[in-house]
Amino acid sequence: MTFEELYAYLLQKFGEEVITGQDEQSSPKAILVDSATIVEILSFLHEDEHLYFDMLSCLTGLDNGPEVGTMEVIYNLYSIPYDQSLMVKVTLPQDKLEIESVSSIWQTAEWHEREVFDLLGISFLNHPDLRRILLPNDWEGHPLRKDYQEQEYYHGIKVKY
Amino acid sequence: MSTVQYDSDPKNLALSEPTKYKPEQLKTEEMLINIGPQHPSTHGVLRLEVITDGEVVVDVVPHMGYLHRCFEKHAEALPYNQIIPYVDRMDYVAAMNSEHAYVMGVERMLGIQEQIPKRVEYIRVLVAELNRLASHFVALGTYGMDIGAFTPFLWMMRDREHIQRLLEWTCGARMLYNYIWIGGLFYDLPVGFEERCTDFVNYLKPKLKELEDLLISNKIFVDRTANVGVLPLELAINYGITGPMLRGSGLKFDLRRVDGYSVYPELEFEVPIGTGEMGTTGDCWDRSWVRAQECFQSVNIIEQCLKQLTIDHRRTREFDPREMVPKKIRPKAQDLYVRAENPKGELGFFFRADGRSDIPFRCKARACSFVNLSVLPEIAKGHLIGDLIAIIGSIDFVLGEVDR
Repeated sequence: MTFEELYAYLLQKFGEEVITGQDEQSSPKAILVDSATIVEILSFLHEDEHLYFDMLSCLTGLDNGPEVGTMEVIYNLYSIPYDQSLMVKVTLPQDKLEIESVSSIWQTAEWHEREVFDLLGISFLNHPDLRRILLPNDWEGHPLRKDYQEQEYYHGIKVKY
Repeated sequence: MSTVQYDSDPKNLALSEPTKYKPEQLKTEEMLINIGPQHPSTHGVLRLEVITDGEVVVDVVPHMGYLHRCFEKHAEALPYNQIIPYVDRMDYVAAMNSEHAYVMGVERMLGIQEQIPKRVEYIRVLVAELNRLASHFVALGTYGMDIGAFTPFLWMMRDREHIQRLLEWTCGARMLYNYIWIGGLFYDLPVGFEERCTDFVNYLKPKLKELEDLLISNKIFVDRTANVGVLPLELAINYGITGPMLRGSGLKFDLRRVDGYSVYPELEFEVPIGTGEMGTTGDCWDRSWVRAQECFQSVNIIEQCLKQLTIDHRRTREFDPREMVPKKIRPKAQDLYVRAENPKGELGFFFRADGRSDIPFRCKARACSFVNLSVLPEIAKGHLIGDLIAIIGSIDFVLGEVDR
């Protein structure tokens, strides 16, 4: 299935409120999706027999900076039987940084989402175990935010060098 | 009188990372044991919180981040070409492979991937396969040591030393190379490299056979690893497992074949998969066997590359490996996900370029070790503690890449 066919197929299934657009510049080509229905769309992509995206290759969180005021979550899907890749992008407003967890679909998302939560502070609803993963539990702030300022001291150790 | 240092006192643990399981959550017969972060069998600084019932593992909770340097934050402050040394330091036993993946991504963003000279591509594949051998030697050698075989470790380290010296000859560094550049290479291969490498390959072939006899088909090794840590294929895909672990579970999935990047479509090699020869498909033995077979395939690829580099794409006086290296690396605004087959699995990079600067807006590394490690709690449940060590070794992760 080419990207155009896939896009039309999804548009017909979900409608324009949910599938808000496409990005042909990116590689693999991306669809833009409304954040409220992410689990519904991704589980359709996972289970539909014509698509069957059985692998979640990568899950990226991204901060667009305080001027823009949005963050993004980007899912890189891959279908082993059809040898097809797809990027799914979701935009979140800065004042409501939460999105439904997809770890019920792909268990690999569990750690990816913990990482995004840790480094960007996006919280994933219905996540089984949302703790920090790379940074210590008592670290302040989320380093990958564009306006991040590191804390002065951590347990009496000077952080800035 | 001062108290003995290891008297149990709750204050001793005040500064360590809190455990997921609290003492009051445990059943009477259960016990919480910490393995690591300094234990050699955890292959680096990984801390495992193990809930045990007698000798049986009830649950495992990995705690990592002890080597965390926030590569991704560094990458947001550096030009594309200066990120390569940081990429080296992710998977430090297979730096060439990581560089290759990263560089491919940037070249695709610039749209110059078709213009890279063939000789450069063959050299890239040659050094990447040499590094793949070195990585598998570390994996198999330390795995043997984890479960009680000391000799294979020394033999593997001896052979890895030859590879490291060859790679040192190309670029001056033993492990962290910065050899593959965007658009080309640091230098051409040194004069005489092809001959020396051919000698090495001829030396290595019987040694690999020895490795198979000594370790892989050794009865003690088979008894320790067969039917242990079985990873069913469906679970593996759901967990995003790639590399020898996925192939050990019986799926012929190798990105060198599936994506056919670089010059891999022109090279002949097999993709070995686990079949459950000694036990169940997807057990620790299958994964080790796949790694050992991949060593043979890598040798095969190296030989073909050497043939190409000495006959069709010979060294010439005019050849300049930096010919295509761009003076200014400024990709147009786009998102790109690139992936390549590392010794440990699929290494992916997600880039966002804003089109206005030489610095990536976001550069995310999808680390194969990180993803592969996430399946550990699932496959270790119900095994003995001794088998847990065998399972950790068979996953073959590098903490530098898990923590980034």
